[in-house]
Amino acid sequence: MAQIKSLADLKALKNSIHEKMDTRVKGNKDGLVQVKVAMATCGIAAGAKTIFNYIMEQADKKGLEIVLSQTGCMGYCHAEPTIEVTLPGKEPIVFGHVDKAKADEIMDKYIKNGELVEGIIPVNYNTIDK
Amino acid sequence: MAKYKMHVLVCGGTGCTASHSHEITDNLKAVLRDKGLEEDIQVILTGCFGFCEKGPIVKIMPDNTFYTEVKPEDAKEIVEEHIIKGRKVTRLLYTDPEKKEHVSDSKHMGFYKKQLRIALRNCGFIDPENIEEYIANDGYAAVAKCLTEYTPAQVIDEIKLSGLRGRGGGGFPTGMKWEIASKNHADQKYVVCNADEGDPGAFMDRSILEGDPHSVIEAMTINGYAIGATKGLIYIRAEYPLAIHRLQIAIKQAREYGLLGKNIFGTDFDFDIELRYGAGAFVCGEETALIHSMEGKRGEPTFKPPFPAQSGYLQKPTNVNNVETYANVPIIILKGANWFNKIGTEKSKGTKVFALAGQINNVGLIEVPMGITLREIIYEIGGGIKNGRQFKAVQTGGPSGGCLTEKHLDTPIDYDNLIAAGSMMGSGGMVVMDETSCMVAIAKFYLEFTCEESCGKCSPCRIGNKRMLEILERITKGQGCMEDLENLKNLATVIKDTALCGLGQTSPNPVLSTMNNFWDEYVEHVKDKKCRAGACKSLMQYVIDPNLCVGCTSCARNCPVNAIQGEKKTPHVINAEICIKCGTCIEKCKFNAISIK
Amino acid sequence: MQSALNKDLLNSKISVVKMEMINLTIDGKAIQAEKGLSILKAARIAGIDIPTLCYYELNGQKLENRPGGCRVCVVEVEGRKNLAPACATEIMEGMVVHTHSLRVVNARRTVVELILSDHPSDCLSCSKSGHCELQSLAQKLGIREIPFKGAQSTYRKDNSPAIIRDVDKCIMCRRCETVCNQLQTVGALSAVNRGFEAVVATAFEQDLVKSSCTMCGQCVMACPVGALSEVNQTRQVIQAINNPDKTVIVQTAPAVRVALGEEFGYPAGTIVTGKMAAALRRIGFDYVFDTDFAADLTIMEEGTELLGRISKFMNGDKDVKLPILTSCCPGWVNFFETNFPDMLDVPSTAKSPQQMFGAVAKNYWAEKLGIKREDMVVVSIMPCVAKKYECQRDEFKENGNPDVDYSLTTRELAELIKQFNIDFNSLEDEDFDMPLGASTGAAVIFGATGGVIEAAVRTAYEVFTKKPLEKVDFTELRGLEGVREATVDFNGTPIHLGIAHGLGNARKLLEKVRKGEVQYHAIEVMACPGGCIGGAGQPYHHGDFSIVEKRFEAIYQEDKNKELRKSHENPYIKQLYDEYFGEPCGEKSHHLLHTHYFDKSKQVEIEA
Repeated sequence: MAQIKSLADLKALKNSIHEKMDTRVKGNKDGLVQVKVAMATCGIAAGAKTIFNYIMEQADKKGLEIVLSQTGCMGYCHAEPTIEVTLPGKEPIVFGHVDKAKADEIMDKYIKNGELVEGIIPVNYNTIDK
Repeated sequence: MAKYKMHVLVCGGTGCTASHSHEITDNLKAVLRDKGLEEDIQVILTGCFGFCEKGPIVKIMPDNTFYTEVKPEDAKEIVEEHIIKGRKVTRLLYTDPEKKEHVSDSKHMGFYKKQLRIALRNCGFIDPENIEEYIANDGYAAVAKCLTEYTPAQVIDEIKLSGLRGRGGGGFPTGMKWEIASKNHADQKYVVCNADEGDPGAFMDRSILEGDPHSVIEAMTINGYAIGATKGLIYIRAEYPLAIHRLQIAIKQAREYGLLGKNIFGTDFDFDIELRYGAGAFVCGEETALIHSMEGKRGEPTFKPPFPAQSGYLQKPTNVNNVETYANVPIIILKGANWFNKIGTEKSKGTKVFALAGQINNVGLIEVPMGITLREIIYEIGGGIKNGRQFKAVQTGGPSGGCLTEKHLDTPIDYDNLIAAGSMMGSGGMVVMDETSCMVAIAKFYLEFTCEESCGKCSPCRIGNKRMLEILERITKGQGCMEDLENLKNLATVIKDTALCGLGQTSPNPVLSTMNNFWDEYVEHVKDKKCRAGACKSLMQYVIDPNLCVGCTSCARNCPVNAIQGEKKTPHVINAEICIKCGTCIEKCKFNAISIK
Repeated sequence: MQSALNKDLLNSKISVVKMEMINLTIDGKAIQAEKGLSILKAARIAGIDIPTLCYYELNGQKLENRPGGCRVCVVEVEGRKNLAPACATEIMEGMVVHTHSLRVVNARRTVVELILSDHPSDCLSCSKSGHCELQSLAQKLGIREIPFKGAQSTYRKDNSPAIIRDVDKCIMCRRCETVCNQLQTVGALSAVNRGFEAVVATAFEQDLVKSSCTMCGQCVMACPVGALSEVNQTRQVIQAINNPDKTVIVQTAPAVRVALGEEFGYPAGTIVTGKMAAALRRIGFDYVFDTDFAADLTIMEEGTELLGRISKFMNGDKDVKLPILTSCCPGWVNFFETNFPDMLDVPSTAKSPQQMFGAVAKNYWAEKLGIKREDMVVVSIMPCVAKKYECQRDEFKENGNPDVDYSLTTRELAELIKQFNIDFNSLEDEDFDMPLGASTGAAVIFGATGGVIEAAVRTAYEVFTKKPLEKVDFTELRGLEGVREATVDFNGTPIHLGIAHGLGNARKLLEKVRKGEVQYHAIEVMACPGGCIGGAGQPYHHGDFSIVEKRFEAIYQEDKNKELRKSHENPYIKQLYDEYFGEPCGEKSHHLLHTHYFDKSKQVEIEA
């Protein structure tokens, strides 16, 4: 392995490892946008995995600091894939029928600017981690 | 490479390791491999999470799901339920003792809510055996900043401005210590990390070295640069094999990455670190004794001056700091002294790690901002006294410290307040006691420790502590007299006034502070031959209540020394002179007629 | 090579230039003292004697034991939170010190009471009674009872042929350890165990006799209590004297006569040779002889050996060993046998005066008296503890019968005199018996460092140059610096001489010799600081080295008082060679007056 001989070397190494640690680092931070993708069998069947990976990629590209995690069945099997977005200090909002275009819209409008977009499912459940 | 979607952090601290956390890791990895998820999910063995009461801990990121008391066989369920199906394994979640509800997110747990983890920032978060994880979390950026942007004097100024004080016990301002060492010129200087953690029950230094060894290596390098030392030594007790193992890995990795060795960060600064093993003598935590021990001499203190900063290891200027002190240094450099000095109280900045132990619900390792009250620590973080009993006292500072009582519960904790209250910060042991703890016995316990660990060099500590212990032994056996109390107080005062080193001078503190706060208990032991806590066996008396005793003879038949007499169907009597207080009679009595007085 | 003396001078000059004075107040008295001094020393200058116990200093010998461990010398320094040990606290400008405030008096008293609480109270039968510093301290502080009752630390007794370790009495002052390691570099004693069990012991807690101990006894000299003392043989001597079948002969070493008086109230440096001879006769010795006679004999043998080696060397013999090392000192012999086993062929093979005397007495003199050696008892009075061991060495026995039966110290002789109810001070001077009581000034100076080599030079010069020596005083060989050297002109041939006293100094010098860094023809080594006058069998000086200095002056005075000052001029020595030995280093003297050495480096056993 190459030795670190300058500040630039250290930064380069840090960036190259960043990917590996990112999910963990973000989870540890406070005040980030939480995005949860329902990944039960129904969700996965409806393409939740693709959406999860898409959001993961695109968020980085868009420079969004979000905590992306998966969760169990949210109970909206009719509207899969569903994602739950929690902006800091706000109530969680669940979006249904999320495809790549919808995901982009959610990220660009709601996550970035707080603008609501279509496809919201009224919340009628409690998560276990209040 | 693709990002990991989830990280599974398994506690690899000594406590959890003893409860098979390595097996948990292996099982998790095996199940993930079976499910083809090894590319998506990372399993990491980390340092201590601090919540040892509930270990082994498994934490899933990014959602901070905190599983407690996990067994190796739980791995499958965690993967299948949580990781694949997104359903939390409720039975492994922490249950709030008050609300009786499951808490999944560690950030919402009482144990963590009031904590501020600076020194422990990487413990339970990164893989301590992987330098890259440390680097990814801003590791070695502080030393890079020092070497490329600061002069040594600026580094010292920054540490001085931060208000950081020694976390090993004395609380000497770290920046000032560095400054003195920097001003003594010599062809060779040394930087020494004191990892000879010896207070009974304290394990913060071990946890830091096990969970975040690179932070200490980085800080020592910064220290070396600041005072002009090119050699670092870590004096670590040989009883800490895991910490030694991880330090060895960390030093090797740091060398491979060029972060130790010649021309660090392309500058002309050289620095390297070696380990020195201590054989586990408490007194070797005293810096002059530590240095003698490293030199291969008998580990006993010498008077100061000369201070190690003037003449230390091999008679060269030496700066000695404790592990926790060092763990604070990189983040101070990175975030700035002005960030650090806003945390804490006026004269005690930053945080302090405490090892919470004793009669408290949440036993573990905690890090709290200076100025927090005992009440917050005991009732909020610690979850209150075990079994709903009454709080009596808390012992801080280990064998050098004293007891704090009810009246100190709302005193903000910092170096100076603790000393004013008759105790001290020490290295951070915090033992909580309830009404079943006898304060005379507690003082005796700490004195036994001091007597065992005294080096024997000075007469007050060698003989004086032994005499104090003998007096306490007499008192707890009910053989004490009032003159003993007088002698005890005089001895304690004289030892404090005359002992050679810090350890000897502070050794009477447990006696003095319990005498000051619990004088009545001492007098009771002497005059009434009574121990209200029921802890001093010799003072206990087993008594049969004649109103409850039906004369079934069960107790008399089972008494191993035939101390119980009585006719059938008439109340029995225990002969106190024969009774050995084994408790068999209480066990055998079906009528609750026997009690201890 | 720059001499050590010059270096010292240079250093002292520098310190004079740098000297800075500090103003402080002790017990209300304004004091000015040199910067760098301890409170203890500054107070002493001001006439305030702060009591100490562990502190021990041999001024002039660069030895200071200052562990700061006993805490007896604590004083109150204004502005300091705890009491300060006066021995280890440096004076500072404006310091205000109280040495007898209530706080100090109570602390000091408590500390001494604590030490006493872990010390056997068998003062009545303790060997150090009357000389014990703990005893006098307790008396000074007016301690009448010990309020602390409790366990006493115990340790097994350990007796070597010369030294008794009664570790129960050890107060952990560490003086012995410092003396053994720093002054003597013997390394036999150090602190072991911890807390209440901490004691000073040998490595692996072996018996002293299995350690690297040279039995020099400087630890006995330094020990403030009865933890270290010499093996006492007065009882055996009394029995021999009272045995009508035995002829009991006594020999007295040169250093004894300048120190014995101290035990009877005479000032240090008083010469009591005549009273001593009288006392020995009162005690009942059949013949009162002098080791000095044997010292003259030693010069004949050792001087001849030296000249032999030098002339061989000058004739181009590459195998000859130079320098020649003196071998009169048994501590030194033990030291090189243990530490320099590769150099066993370097020291002179001549026996020590004590052993030469024994050999002459039990052969020549026994023959003359017509008695069997078994019926003769030879007692030596020595300033030395190691001599007790020396006389027990197997090579100094014939069929198990030793040449010297008992070796008593100066202190034991004083004890004998007292036991025999002799009023020493009123004794009239008497002479030694002849012939083995005859001696020259050269023999007397054996008692001081540099004396053996000076005595050897006085004889060797005349033998080598075949010219009479005009000036017998070689002042360049005298002094108390640890390592000295001088070159003596043997009528055009420069003879380089080295001198060391104190085994630490000897080690330094020997290591240089071993590495070939220095070239000498002869080196004199004495194990004890000052030579035999500072020997471990002498009256206790309690670290006051000025006492040794006065004995030193007395030795050279005694030399001056002598009519004859060169060993070869001793008429009875001449007679002895004529009658018995023939010539120095001849066949018979080789058999009776010379010895050989053993590698003892392996004796330091480690038992698993």
